[in-house]
Amino acid sequence: MARPADRRPGFSRRAQYGIFTGYVIAVAGFLAGAGLLVVSIVNPQAFSSVRGAASELARPAGEAGAETRAAGQGVIAAIGAYFQAGRQNAALTREVAAARANALTMQALEGENRRLKALLGIVDPAVKPVTAARLIGSTSASTRRFAVLSAGTLQGVRAGQPVRSAAGLIGRVIETAPGTARVLLVTDPENVVPVRRVRDGLPAFVEGKSDGRIAIRLLNMGVNPLKMGDVFVTSGSGGLYPPGIPVAVVTQVLHDGGTGHLASDPAEVDFVLVLPVFQPAAVAALGASQQAAGPAPEPSEAGGSN
Amino acid sequence: MPFPRLADLQSLPIRPEDIVPQRINRAPSPLLASGLPWLSVMVTSLAAFSPVIASAPVVPPLAFMVFLSWRMLRPSLLPLWAGLPLGAFDDLYSGQPFGSGVVLWSAAMLAMDAIDNRILWRSFEQDWAVASLLMTLYLVLAAAIAGLAAGYPLPLVIGPQLLVTLALYPLVTRAIALLDRIRLLPLRSV
Repeated sequence: MARPADRRPGFSRRAQYGIFTGYVIAVAGFLAGAGLLVVSIVNPQAFSSVRGAASELARPAGEAGAETRAAGQGVIAAIGAYFQAGRQNAALTREVAAARANALTMQALEGENRRLKALLGIVDPAVKPVTAARLIGSTSASTRRFAVLSAGTLQGVRAGQPVRSAAGLIGRVIETAPGTARVLLVTDPENVVPVRRVRDGLPAFVEGKSDGRIAIRLLNMGVNPLKMGDVFVTSGSGGLYPPGIPVAVVTQVLHDGGTGHLASDPAEVDFVLVLPVFQPAAVAALGASQQAAGPAPEPSEAGGSN
Repeated sequence: MPFPRLADLQSLPIRPEDIVPQRINRAPSPLLASGLPWLSVMVTSLAAFSPVIASAPVVPPLAFMVFLSWRMLRPSLLPLWAGLPLGAFDDLYSGQPFGSGVVLWSAAMLAMDAIDNRILWRSFEQDWAVASLLMTLYLVLAAAIAGLAAGYPLPLVIGPQLLVTLALYPLVTRAIALLDRIRLLPLRSV
């Protein structure tokens, strides 16, 4: 097939000027884009208001999609349950018997725990979630991992607040608009979460790998004590994330740490909870010290760099 | 062995032309004829607001593919500077640092112009090859820019996404060809 030849302007001066102007605008657009890029890399929050307005516009579509997702998962789960009903019933009966025994032990432990805490004078502040919302969108084509939340400043969501689902940590809020907010997912490489191993409190931090998995890095060097299946929860250090939220399960042990899968896949959750910042004073102090020390060479552990 | 051609597949049972029975004294609606390419690219930019909440980059850059398909199918329909507004719109939703789409889409338009000036003949395989080259560059550069913005060299995780993108491109061109027929439906009476 021959190339369509409709770009030839002939002798029309107007058409010639039109084509020339097109080139000028295209090259100017390229240069303007490069300028915008430099601005947004130097100051990532520069265009947050425009992005916020844009996600406000797309919010109805995202909410419809989130409802479709929940309904679709329900249908698939129902069909799967039908096929496995008999086997599942037997397995669940066994599990319930075991769980009942466990629950009694847990109740006893809980009572003891409360008593000991009362003795020591520790007051547990009851963490009341800011709001519950749906994830209505995500950057599924980019290597940066953001999601859009269907709640914003009107519901009390502020930048820096952690977001969790029933199963585990999702990320933290980085930009807010009146009715939507942008969440930096745990799998984004900029998101660094201080964690500890559930079994023995081994301190570590997890860092997103942006391919759906996360890297687990240990604070103490030496013999790698990680095992497959180790569960890591947030440790509360840094003051941003409340302690005890499941983050990752180790799936691969490397020589200086490990690779893990998320405890809570954002694709499977229906509703997420936005929690208040665990220790606002600590986060503020860290931010102030960072400002005094100048720009950090790499994202800080508490994630206060935004 | 030649590539399997989409043109060899059976055509759709309902053709868009059948929607409008009367063709005499009718012309395409100017709004649809010139607005549909812009609208289709912008709608696919909104693919981020789909039910899929991905924890890894898995979805191909559909908006860029649609943009490239329109440019391949109708070289003069989108003006040379179309990358500026459409790329900026895509940046609002793609999660890339703002400006990355503007730069890459404008560069893609200029590159397509240079390629069109150099290559006199067009064919399916050649269009696919050129699009593959541009889409690969787009994905790699977008990942590099995102890594720069994250202040952390991103691991190369775009492999699966790249393969899906290259394989899906002919289907996208097919869909755009269908949209092109809808675009030129004679809806307006003259």
